[in-house]
Amino acid sequence: MVKDALIQAGMNIGWATFIDLLLGVIVAASFGMVWVLLGIWIERKWAGRFQNRIGPNRVGPYGSIQSVADALKLLTKEVIIPRNADRPVYFLAPVLVVASVILIAAVIPFSPVVIGTDLSIGILYVMAVSSIGAIGIMMAGWGSNNKYALLGAFRVVAQLISYEVPTVLSAMIPVMIAGTLSMQGLVHGQHVWFIVSAPVAAVLFFIASQAELGRAPFDLLEAESELVAGFNIEYSGMAFAMFYLAEFMHSFFVAILFSVLFLGGWRGPGAEQIPFLGIVYLFIKSILVYFVSVWLRLTVPRVRIDQLLNLNWKFLVPLAMIYVIFMAFVLKIAPVPDLSGAQAIAAGPYEGVASGIYRLLGPDFVATLPQAGVLLLANVLFVVVAAAVLREVSRRRRMRVEDLVDETDYSGAGGAGGYTPADHSETAAAR
Amino acid sequence: MNLNEWAFVGIFLAIAGILPAVPILLGWLLGPRKPNPIKTDTYECGIETVGDTWVQFKVQYYIFALVFVIFDVEMLFLFPWAVAYQRLDLFAFVAMTIFILLLTIDLFILWRKGALEWT
Repeated sequence: MVKDALIQAGMNIGWATFIDLLLGVIVAASFGMVWVLLGIWIERKWAGRFQNRIGPNRVGPYGSIQSVADALKLLTKEVIIPRNADRPVYFLAPVLVVASVILIAAVIPFSPVVIGTDLSIGILYVMAVSSIGAIGIMMAGWGSNNKYALLGAFRVVAQLISYEVPTVLSAMIPVMIAGTLSMQGLVHGQHVWFIVSAPVAAVLFFIASQAELGRAPFDLLEAESELVAGFNIEYSGMAFAMFYLAEFMHSFFVAILFSVLFLGGWRGPGAEQIPFLGIVYLFIKSILVYFVSVWLRLTVPRVRIDQLLNLNWKFLVPLAMIYVIFMAFVLKIAPVPDLSGAQAIAAGPYEGVASGIYRLLGPDFVATLPQAGVLLLANVLFVVVAAAVLREVSRRRRMRVEDLVDETDYSGAGGAGGYTPADHSETAAAR
Repeated sequence: MNLNEWAFVGIFLAIAGILPAVPILLGWLLGPRKPNPIKTDTYECGIETVGDTWVQFKVQYYIFALVFVIFDVEMLFLFPWAVAYQRLDLFAFVAMTIFILLLTIDLFILWRKGALEWT
């Protein structure tokens, strides 16, 4: 639209294209920043309710412009630069962390027509871009020249890169079913929501992406009780605010990503005709997912670093890998149906019940339903088998530990140190 | 068309860098600047920091990074397969199953060797 108007006004085509792109970029990029001002207030309100208090309620109606006040206050605060810090690295770090999150907004499909740019490798781009954040946090820890910050940064590298494996593996299931990497393609391919056809992938993706966000219960990168504040300990004023902003923005973008991958994105009644409805649907779904993640954050205690890495490498990664093979096998048995037949029935001259159902619910939805049902059953089977295997493995481990207790008790080595429950994991692993 | 898509990402890259840089610069310009030796000292729970921070660090983190590289490369190979999966024959499934199983065995070897222990 803008491009045509500019060309008619006598502008060079190259410049018109550039300005058109630039406007799109500014709208898409500032979306996150603007949303955060509201999002932080919403989350603080929820947090207040979860903890039986009111939350911010002074600035503006119901405290809704509290975030603006906070931002203004932070602007007037001194940016203290530690004497020993590596200045270029120190200042580049928050910029990099925020940029890595903003870049995700480029490919979010808000509605059939509203999207920054529909890259053919959309989901891969999201994964690639969001992993830049780990480098930014590493730079923050290293550049601060502070021991706590460095410890925090090392943990981040271990945590963020570890959890990237199950995140990407579980995002692969929607890609396999939809047969495309483009974000719009993934939404268009979801005639039945992928949370129905691949619930295990959805759960895996949710857990792994929460860990990649670095929020409670996985907020080891800034574990207050151990590392004071982790990687951002030496930051103050606006530089600190940027880390805060990046975290909030990222958590909402991950909720949007979950909705796009598993909850049908902008899909809903009438979304194809009225693009605005698509935006509304996407936001409703994303806020629901976001609520669950905030709920988790506010109720579950933090895990230990070794527990965190064990959960990933000894549970999520093997499970995800076997799940990918399993889903590939099931998809060979129940391939995605050819939809042209269903559309013909809905559009055709036939009258009767079948045709009516097809028209009412949408031909693609009805035609995909049997396949989604098969996939759902297969997923239930997978969960049952996985749970049985897990139960057996942990039963054996427990028995081994109990054998050990017997040995130490009857060996009679007079006060050779009591057996403590904390030894469980180590002794089991050593064996 | 395709080039325009990537031009968008290119411009986005620049804007995404500018957006966070501007508030930091503004904060630096608007806020007070009164550094003193005590304020700019490295923070460490009330005591003076001992020794250098930039020292050689535990190898444990390095091993996790190496393990990650194995599986990251695996996923790189998996994505083209996943996109084309509906159009591939049974051989593609069998081949990829063997590939993933090999890497699963890899993971179990690492597990047994104790590379996944956080000590």
